[in-house]
Amino acid sequence: MSTVEKVGGSVATYVDNRTGSNRFLARNLKKVFPDHWSFMLGEIALYSFIVVLLTGVFLTLFYKPSMVEVVYDGSYVPLKGVMMSEAYASTLDISFDVRGGLLIRQMHHWAALLFIAAMSVHMMRVFFTGAFRKPREFNWIIGVTLIALGLAAGFSGYSLPDDLLSGTGLQIARGIIQAIPIVGTWGAFLLFDGEFPGTEFISRLYGVHILLVPGLILALVTVHLMLVWVQKHTQFPGPGRTNNNVVGYPLMPIYMAKAGGFFFVVFGVITLIGGLVTVNPIWIFGPYTPDQVSAGSQPDWYIGWLDGMLRIMPNWETVLFGYTISWNIFLPAVVIPGIVFTAAALYPFLEAWATGDKRDHNLLDRPRNAPVRTGIGVMAITFYFLLFIGGGNDIIAITFDLSINSIIWFLRIAVIVGPPIAFLITKRICLGLQRRDREKLLHGYESGRILRLPHGEFIEVHEPLTPKERAVIESAVEAYHTPLPAAQKTDANGVRNKHYRRENLRAKLSHWFYGDAIVPPTYDEIEAGQAHVAHDAAIEAPLHEHDVDTTVMVPFHGGILHTEGEPATNREQLEERGGNL
Amino acid sequence: MSDLTTRDSAETPDHGHGPTTDGDGTDLARPLFTGPGALPAADVPHRPRASDVNPKAARRVERQIAAMFMLAVLMVILFVIAYVGIDPYTMAYVPVLGEVGAQNAALGFTFGLGVFAIGAGAIQWAKKLMPDVEVVQERHTMTSDAEETDAAAEQFERGKEESGFGQYRLIRRTLIAALALFPIPLVVLLRDLWSPKNGGFGPSPSEVLSETAWTEGMPIVTDGTYVKIRPEEIPVGGLVSALPENINEIQEEEHNLNARGKAAILLVRMEPDEIRSQQGEGWDFEGIVAYSKICTHVGCPIALYEHRTHHLLCPCHQSTFDLADAGNVIFGPAARRMPQLPIGVNEEGFLVAKMPFQEPVGPSFWERG
Ligand code: HEM
Ligand code: FES
Repeated sequence: MSTVEKVGGSVATYVDNRTGSNRFLARNLKKVFPDHWSFMLGEIALYSFIVVLLTGVFLTLFYKPSMVEVVYDGSYVPLKGVMMSEAYASTLDISFDVRGGLLIRQMHHWAALLFIAAMSVHMMRVFFTGAFRKPREFNWIIGVTLIALGLAAGFSGYSLPDDLLSGTGLQIARGIIQAIPIVGTWGAFLLFDGEFPGTEFISRLYGVHILLVPGLILALVTVHLMLVWVQKHTQFPGPGRTNNNVVGYPLMPIYMAKAGGFFFVVFGVITLIGGLVTVNPIWIFGPYTPDQVSAGSQPDWYIGWLDGMLRIMPNWETVLFGYTISWNIFLPAVVIPGIVFTAAALYPFLEAWATGDKRDHNLLDRPRNAPVRTGIGVMAITFYFLLFIGGGNDIIAITFDLSINSIIWFLRIAVIVGPPIAFLITKRICLGLQRRDREKLLHGYESGRILRLPHGEFIEVHEPLTPKERAVIESAVEAYHTPLPAAQKTDANGVRNKHYRRENLRAKLSHWFYGDAIVPPTYDEIEAGQAHVAHDAAIEAPLHEHDVDTTVMVPFHGGILHTEGEPATNREQLEERGGNL
Repeated sequence: MSDLTTRDSAETPDHGHGPTTDGDGTDLARPLFTGPGALPAADVPHRPRASDVNPKAARRVERQIAAMFMLAVLMVILFVIAYVGIDPYTMAYVPVLGEVGAQNAALGFTFGLGVFAIGAGAIQWAKKLMPDVEVVQERHTMTSDAEETDAAAEQFERGKEESGFGQYRLIRRTLIAALALFPIPLVVLLRDLWSPKNGGFGPSPSEVLSETAWTEGMPIVTDGTYVKIRPEEIPVGGLVSALPENINEIQEEEHNLNARGKAAILLVRMEPDEIRSQQGEGWDFEGIVAYSKICTHVGCPIALYEHRTHHLLCPCHQSTFDLADAGNVIFGPAARRMPQLPIGVNEEGFLVAKMPFQEPVGPSFWERG
């Protein structure tokens, strides 16, 4: 035993004596994590959040959250002698007079953009694969909350430099708060200490940005990960994967090395981008003043859809008994986002209720096998992207020489008609894919090789599915369900059904959800079909080698190395290594 | 398999009554399992990697990984050299990216590449040299056993008994009242987030929002240079961003930009017969009209003016107003016209406000009516 190992061992003992950590390690170092590229999305979110925390702490050392007006005297010549808030001046200092300050500032900003992007795509992965189903509904809700907090973190941070662009963003936020019926003006006055812009807001926002929101995010991320740990990760269907096992790599060493390595990769990429690609060049915008604006101003990408909604809303306003309700602001900026986030958070419960499915799901759905859910997801994405386009309507108008009016009118109609169309198309595509899968299960796949039979007929050779393909496609059998039965007004004895309306709604929803699914073959039919294809393929193509167990072909040095008798399966490899990893 | 029949799913779901026409839904009670076609994970065909079968290949991978870690070491050294060695104010040309700060780019490049190399090395190690055999672990349902649940319920009951929570009704109700009220001070304390100057009761938010620095006879000065304006200095088609003369005094007194945010106006001159309507009789001065600069949508300052159409376009959400037609909204999400400031000239011939704004400027609010 080397000295390092000895020291390590005694440290472990020291800690274990006080915490019982060895018990935990013994159980968890071999914990299995399934592998799939899409499982890295959540990791990217986590790692970029860590980068945000590290760079954020560095920024606090130099940034001054104060709106006191000072005369700029730093090294950025075009602004020398200009009056500006200390917040803006200190951000200029970070950018020009602190060595590496710009690097850290840009890393912070890029990491924030990546954090929110990764969370969003991660959320889509979870949605489309049904990973939010029982028992993981809590984690879904936590995830939706994290995205909302991410937006809050991003918006509050974006506002701290107090440049012309971010100040305009705050001015809009003030206008939105003020438009909330009854409490609006009071809300805005309490937040800004009176009128906009006041002198307090930056320092108030600072506490929110560096403590409150990141603290909440950190707490929720912790719970999120603990739940993933306890519930174990979901997995995609594949050979040997069932609803009640996990197939993958053990935490120590493989997952640790891959995930740990991936942290450094994300960190490294953010650093490279932060060093080389400018983001938010606040020195170009100039200090904030409420009577100026820069044309073509754009918020960060994640605010774009909210801005778009504000832009395409018709200008409705009602005055009732001497009070104003600004529908044109209150609806797109408060009500609709509220509905969107609430609906997102409740989706797992709505789906479970509509389908009557109360089982645990640890095996992921392929999106095609849940056509309605997939359709709903694409519908939401379509809605989002149309609004996002709305957020850039001026830029689009200039780039493509279109009139803003026609873009807005197009979008007003498209946000209502587009999502349902997207739903229908998506569902169609899913059902088409289901049909194809059914064919594959029964008749193998078309190899593309055409054979001419002795009597002159041409046929295309069908190949049996590989075990991996088969296991994946076969998951359709488990995903298939018949809808709930229609509700009855009276039971067999003629007694009125008190829950008729609820049951009827539920049966209809269930029908909508499952009604059109393509009936997959039974396991016996699949088995028979595959055996048949294998038999035919062997006759039709006697030279074709598809039995991997006998010879392994390894691409090697540009050639092919035939190694007879290499361990061919996981089991054999495992045995060769003495039964453990 | 029995693992999966959790208590929730074992319940027969209430699926309505009577015979079924379109499926019976009973398959939802069936536990999920992968069918007979699936291979056990251990029998999945496995392709050995070059590094598994060829010791030379394995050694090459080893050198590769070590080289990546060495690169990380080297990059840290280069980072320090760049930090002390490169002048922070030198610009450098990088293809694709253009002009960048030389030091910043060098710091980002060395640090980033080094960190990246650590990650790439670790991943390569995991992929090429660590076993690539998938292993299997069983899952267990989250649901507690019946005994555990019963034990928990029992403990809970015991606690309830011993505390007498069920028994002392008065205590229970007063406790609930106390707990319901206890956060109130935390909310009340937020009241002074905004306190009118000098304590006491000042004007309400809506009163504050309804006033601007404009008063009768207040001279109009240009924004930025703060000089008074004679009508003849504004050509037809011209646009001037303007403020009340005392704006800087107010700013110094109040130490904020609030007054500026409300008082900013735009002066525009057109031929008098081009003015189709105004918000008040004779509110222009020889074709010069003054409108608030603050958008009535959510408050962006506006400065995009098309002098041929007399349209004013807000850069934030593209609301468009017609200054030849009383500042009415032509298009976009804004619901209200731009408030007009009545102007004239004083005896020295400078433009002044004839009266304050007659309606609140900026975004709508509840009490505005
Ligand atoms: C929770 C996720 C966070 C997000 C999404 C986020 C996002 C942002 C963004 C977009 C900016 C504007 C940067 C710019 O371009 O200037 C910013 C600024 C800032 N952030 Fe964060 N941030 C987060 C957490 C933190 C934390 C934890 C801290 C400190 C402990 C921090 C400290 C700062 C400081 C001091 C600034 C202003 C300095 C400057 O603008 O240069 N942030 N943040
Ligand atoms: S602020 Fe002017 S259109 Fe929205």
